[in-house]
Amino acid sequence: MLSTLDQYLPHAVAIVVAAGVAALVVFTFIGAAAFLFIWGERKVSGRIQDRLGPTRVGKFGLLQSLADGIKLVTKEDFVPAGSDKFLFRIAPFVAFCAAFTGFIALPFAQGVVAQPLNVGAFFILAVLSSEVFGVLLAGYSSANKWSLFGGVREAAQVVSYEIPRSLCVLVPVCIAGTLNLNTIATQQEGFFWNWYVFHDPFTFVAFFVFFIVATASCKRAPFDLAEAESELVSGFLTEYSGMRWSYFFLAEYASMFAMSALASILFLGGWHTGLLPFEPATAFGAILGNLVDVGVFILKGSTLVVVMMWMRWSLPRLRIDQVMSTCLEYFVPISCGLLIGVCVWQLYVPSTVAEGTKYVLAFGSLAFMGVTLVAAAKTRPTPQHAGAFAKP
Amino acid sequence: MTLDLALFVVLASVIAASAIGVVVSHTIVRSAVFLLFTLIGVAFLYFLIGAEFLGAAQLIVYVGGTLVLLVFGGMLTSGGPFQTLKVRRLEWLFGGLVALAIFAALAQVSLALGQRPTTDAPLPPGAGPLGVAFLTSHLLPFEIVSVHLLVVLVGAAYLARTRKRAALGSEDSASPPNGGTP
Repeated sequence: MLSTLDQYLPHAVAIVVAAGVAALVVFTFIGAAAFLFIWGERKVSGRIQDRLGPTRVGKFGLLQSLADGIKLVTKEDFVPAGSDKFLFRIAPFVAFCAAFTGFIALPFAQGVVAQPLNVGAFFILAVLSSEVFGVLLAGYSSANKWSLFGGVREAAQVVSYEIPRSLCVLVPVCIAGTLNLNTIATQQEGFFWNWYVFHDPFTFVAFFVFFIVATASCKRAPFDLAEAESELVSGFLTEYSGMRWSYFFLAEYASMFAMSALASILFLGGWHTGLLPFEPATAFGAILGNLVDVGVFILKGSTLVVVMMWMRWSLPRLRIDQVMSTCLEYFVPISCGLLIGVCVWQLYVPSTVAEGTKYVLAFGSLAFMGVTLVAAAKTRPTPQHAGAFAKP
Repeated sequence: MTLDLALFVVLASVIAASAIGVVVSHTIVRSAVFLLFTLIGVAFLYFLIGAEFLGAAQLIVYVGGTLVLLVFGGMLTSGGPFQTLKVRRLEWLFGGLVALAIFAALAQVSLALGQRPTTDAPLPPGAGPLGVAFLTSHLLPFEIVSVHLLVVLVGAAYLARTRKRAALGSEDSASPPNGGTP
């Protein structure tokens, strides 16, 4: 795009215009994604709890987020009397900016990225870890004990979970030999057994550890100790209302998608379907191919986001000391072991064994998924729940 | 005026303004927030000259780590809500003198370096060459820093360890052991 603009505008102006367009696209994407994810969250939670979820606003209640948005905009922008007003006001924006900046280095398809970085994986980890600052400020500036507890818990949790998260990112990076997300995804082209999650047993485990740890660092249940409405009212959100409150949610859903997208680039082949032996962008032409790629990528990321929602509504919340000890006593040693293991695997395992493991892991997981799906389809609801899925 | 220079001016003024904010704020958390803007601005300066790895490292180490711990410490140790710092006149004088001396030294060094690096200049080395340099030509300083960090870690673990003797001495022997809570 930059080269096209260069023909009509001076170079400096072209850069600024291109940057503005990229930022607008990313912002629109985050808004649209949050819009649909919030609706999805309500639907998923409703179904899991034997309810219907939103049904009134639009088809399937799809416009529920719009109705919520209008309600939030019309609410009073309230700042508590004893609070630090300046910090209280900027805290939601600090959280949102961090989540937004992460998307700048996130490639949605080959070359479809706002700013290609050679250290993309490292950059995304760095900016997403600064999201905690917004929560911490919100907790501190509210001048409320519940908020303060929420902020302190969040800080302790995120700072500890950052370590296993970075170590798990290093596992596929060790195989790829680069931090460039574009290159990492391109290396996993072709069928799905080329994905790094099936590369060896260590990356296979690393994917699940990374996903759990990423859920924790997005402060999602079962790790949502910063909010913990059964103990802390709403934690750091207690004093927030209206637009400022919704910015925290925009940031939360944005970082959920960012972590899921990072997981799918690092482990699940990025924008490759895993079913085509060729690259759609070269086979179907640049525009159509890239559209397919972006679609596949968003689908993969959204699937992981739905899994996060599924975890949230299925699992009970951990206690704060359990959260900390899970990280320090299990995830940190496990991820250190995985990192060492993957290096040893790369150096000493003969290539025939490595190739075999790849197929065993890939087809084993496929068979496991098939068996689970068949078993789930065969399960009939018990008589007392038989009416649960019928239309009202 | 090129775009490069314009962005530098914007970033530099943000950095300078928030650095002044750090000094004149009355609560420690507000200072930390202004420090946040300063450090992010410096990270963006690194990105501006193409030093991506350095910029990301600045973000993850200072913003994600050090500043969070600073605010965390401030929140846990302050005696009351929004405790203000009182600075005496002598402290202003002394601090100002030290700041002036450091500023003079920095100005002299950076003027001696010559021209400001621009985006047209060849890119600084990325993560790969840096890693190779750490493990070959700069192995000794790298190892010294590593051992230093290890000593700090062991020391922190020693200070924060569960005091078994104290727990045995209390009458409530059934009390749960101190979990990983900070």
